[in-house]
Order: sequence, then C-alpha cells, then structure tokens
Amino acid sequence: MSAVKPRLTTSAMIASIAAEGQKTQAAPFGHALSALAETRPDIVGMTADLGKYTDLHIFARAHPDRFYQMGMAEQLLFGAAAGMAREGFTPFATTYAVFAARRAYDFICLGISEEKLNVKVVCALPGLTTGYGPSHQATEDIAIFRGMPGIVVVDPCDALDISQAVPAIAAHDGPVYMRLLRGNVPLVLDEYDYRFELGKAALLRDGPDALIIASGLMTMRALETAEALRKDRIDVAVMHVPTIKPLDEAAINAAAARTGRPVIVAENHSRIGGLGEAVAGSLLRAGLAPRFRQIALPDAFLDAGALPTLHDRYGISTEAMVQTIRGWL
Amino acid sequence: MGEVQGQGYIAQALGIADVLAVAYFHALTYRPEDPHWEGRDRFLLSIGHYAIALYAALIEAGIIPESELETYGVDDSRLPMSGMASYTPGMEISGGSLGQGLGIAVGMGLGLKRKKSGAFVYNLMSDGELGEGATWEAAMSAAHWKLDNLICLVDFNNQQADGPSTQMLCSEPLQPKWEAFGWHAQRVDGNDIKALVAAFDTARTLAEPRPRVIICDTRMAMGVPFLQARERNHFLRVEADEWQQALAVLSEGRHA
Repeated sequence: MSAVKPRLTTSAMIASIAAEGQKTQAAPFGHALSALAETRPDIVGMTADLGKYTDLHIFARAHPDRFYQMGMAEQLLFGAAAGMAREGFTPFATTYAVFAARRAYDFICLGISEEKLNVKVVCALPGLTTGYGPSHQATEDIAIFRGMPGIVVVDPCDALDISQAVPAIAAHDGPVYMRLLRGNVPLVLDEYDYRFELGKAALLRDGPDALIIASGLMTMRALETAEALRKDRIDVAVMHVPTIKPLDEAAINAAAARTGRPVIVAENHSRIGGLGEAVAGSLLRAGLAPRFRQIALPDAFLDAGALPTLHDRYGISTEAMVQTIRGWL
Repeated sequence: MGEVQGQGYIAQALGIADVLAVAYFHALTYRPEDPHWEGRDRFLLSIGHYAIALYAALIEAGIIPESELETYGVDDSRLPMSGMASYTPGMEISGGSLGQGLGIAVGMGLGLKRKKSGAFVYNLMSDGELGEGATWEAAMSAAHWKLDNLICLVDFNNQQADGPSTQMLCSEPLQPKWEAFGWHAQRVDGNDIKALVAAFDTARTLAEPRPRVIICDTRMAMGVPFLQARERNHFLRVEADEWQQALAVLSEGRHA
C-alpha cells in the first residue's frame, strides 16, 4: 500500500498566505488604520461589501461612526470616496484588487486621480493570492494602475510593512493604490534593518552572485530563496521595492550597476506591465544592460486551485524560485 | 462662446439655460468673490459638455469675468469645452465621463453631513446618463443614507449622440422609477421659469429625509426656432450669419 498524498483543496478567500509555523500578525491594516484614526479625525473607512475581507472591520468596530458600508457597488464606492475627499476627508476605500482595477477604473482615474484627490484605494487579493480563479486573481492590477497618471502604487511585503505604510500613505497628499495582504499576515521584515519609506527601495541583504529585486509577498519569497541558495554557497542580494510608482530608480540603478551580477525581478503579477518591466525601463534609460530575468506570472488567465499548488505551478513559491534561479546562475 | 468655435453643444446650453438661471439666481447660496467658500451650495456638472452653459451662468453670477467669454475652447483657456474642476473657478468636479456625478454627489452629501453643514449638493445630469449603471448605484445609495441635502436635476431633452434618448435606452417611466428608488421626485417643464422656481423651492424646503430629484423636460435649442427645428441637434454647427440671427431672436425674447 502506498502512502496517499493528501489532496489540497482550493483555499478559502480568507486563507492566510503564511506558511505553517510562520510568525504572523492578525489584520495589520485594520489595526494600523484604527490607531492612526485616533489622531487623524479626517480619516474615514469605506468599503463595497468587503469590510471583513479587507480587515476594515477592525476599523469599523473601533470607529463605527466613521465607517461607510456602501454595498456591493464599486463604482459608487470610489465616486463617493471622491466626494468625501472633496469635503476634506481622507477616505480609505477597500475592495478586492480585481474590482478596483477592472470595474471601477474610470471612477478612480477621472473621479479621483485626475483631480489629485486624497483617496487611498486599498485592495485585497493582489496578484495570485486566492485560488478562486481569474474572477478574483488581480494578476494585472499593477499594470493597470501604473498606467494611471498621478497615482502612487504601493505593494507591501508583510505585517510590518503594512503597519508602517498606512500612516505613510495617509500623510501623502494624493491618491494611492495599495495592495493588501489580509488576515494572518506573515511578519518577516522585523529581522532586517528596515523601515517603510514611501517612494524608497531598500537593500535588505547584499551579495555578489545576483540581485533579486522584488515587491509585495515576493520579497518574502526572495529572502527565503536567498537563504536556501546560501547553502549552495550562492550569495544573492535582495532589494525590496514597496513603492512601484514612483519607482526609486536611483537606488535600483545603483544596485544594478554593480557589474557581473544578473538582475532578477520577482513579482506577484503578470510579467506584462509590472515591476519587472518598470525596472527594465529604468535600467535601459540609464544605459545599464545587465543579464535580466523575471520571475512573474504568465500572461494568461490562471487556474483555480489551492494556493500552494498554484504558486508552485506558476513558479512563485520559494521552492520553484530556488530551482529557477539555480538554473540561471 | 460658441461663435469662436462655430459649433458645439449649443442646443443643450439653450435648453438648460432656464434651469441654470433658476439655480444660480434663485436657489443656490454662494459668494461670487469666494467660489470655494465652505458654506456654499455645491453644484456638480456631471455632464461635462454642458460647460458652455455653466460658464454663462458663472459669468452672470460674477464668478468668472465676462472678458473670458471669448476664450471658450481656446488653447490655455480656463474655459475648456468639457468642464474641469482644475481649470475653472466655480466648477466643482471634472464631469464628462458620464454617470460619475451622482456618485460623487453622494460622497459630498455624506461629507457635508459629517461636518454638520446645511449646504445642499446639486447634481446636474442628462437623460443619457440614466443609461449608466453607476447612476442607479448612486440613486440607491442616496436614499439608503437619507441624503436630504442632495438635489439631482435631470435634463430630459430626449436627445443624445445617436438619437432620441428614449429610443437608445428607454428610461421611462422616469418619475415612478426615481420614486421606487426612494427619492422625492418631481417632473416639470424645464423651460417654464415659474414651474422651476416652485420645484426648486419644494426640493429645498421639503421635510422628508429623502434625496430629491427634479426631472426637467427641456427643449433643445430653446428660444431659437430655426435651431430647434433641426432634427439632429446634439452637436450643432452654426454659421456666422446664423449666430447673428440667433442672437437677434434671443435678445428680442429677452426684451419682450
């Protein structure tokens, strides 16, 4: 009798991306926003029937009179957020990344961005963080929002990053799109000498053999990959780029200018229009042409299934990354 | 304004002029010298291409100097052909992506209530915008939040880019539709000043905790019979001599 491998099932949308036994923090966005609101009476929270799934329910509980449930109506959500901002408030408006990027694009673009309004668009399920299939997988959200003039695009890595990004994006006067990890969010960056600074990239570790440039949860994967490769005496650098627009081209170009070190961009996004192509553009404009590789999702509608299966299948799990990079070096 | 371009949304402007006259010279509270005064009633032009009409009202109201009239649609003008908030004093939003105004008005209505302001938000939209789904999301929301500080004005001229609105995507029966959405709804002749004054007064003084809508049946190119007679007048080309004729007809009407 052979051992039967347990079959993984499509995880619920509220499933955490944390690995078993990993250090996590619960609902860092909700707690950070609630705390910030104590000193910022202008902050209001708005959602389109996804308060619970964007951790905004924590804020709603703490500040019920400042919470606006707009119902399942994303175009209304962002229109009304624009109106709130016009009256001097700072709305944090939450939904899933697919609905903000695809359904409400025009309302965020013309209603908010064109008028430089102070709305923070905070969206769960960025890239491939749900097994529900293409209806919920925002694999092209960064491409979409990078194309929108005037909006800042933030892709935090972990609970610490999110907690620090919330006051930073609130302090920025203008529209922001932030990708959100919700639920039990891994805590990784506390072990590095790191602070979130809007618009700044951070070199988390250095190494001569390759430079991995990453954002969002892929920074966590890159750090794990770096540890794994160290056992093979491969020493890679990891640069975290939590702000994708505006891009910290100076820091990226300086790190990539070190000769002989290939540049690998790792992103939880389609290979089209995300961090990879943003970095490539920056390097080429600066006259830099290192060996360049992308670890990214394919230009395709992705499968439904369990997240660990899908991350392996599309090459963004740590194990898959280690394999791929070994093959390149 | 239109004479500089020789064409434009002139029929809409003439059709809505009476509504704007009642809004700006009877209903709205504002300070011409301080268009962003906190206590003002907000007037949102969801239909950006009606800017030509709103500019005229803003000039008459003393918010924009009359000398800028000739710059309409000219490079580097403060009066672009589609209204934008960042260009023009007194223009509250950038309209023109049709169907956005009412949702923004809901947010402003909520914001004003948070501030305990007594100001009204007016949203001027067209019958064509009734085809946009976002309009109805916002209509439901305004009633849900009992926004009695929100007054929506629907310009029903039954003419959109491809033909009569009722033949493109019929929104009738319109008044019962708004009522079913939880609004206090009135339908008036939008070129009858007396009827408009009464409707605005009702909308402003009503005690019911509901948003209010005034559906204004207007006539395209009102007041200039030879333009009114054109079958398709969504975007009008007007020759130089026709401007003079139109102005003559309009000023006769004014002095009558």
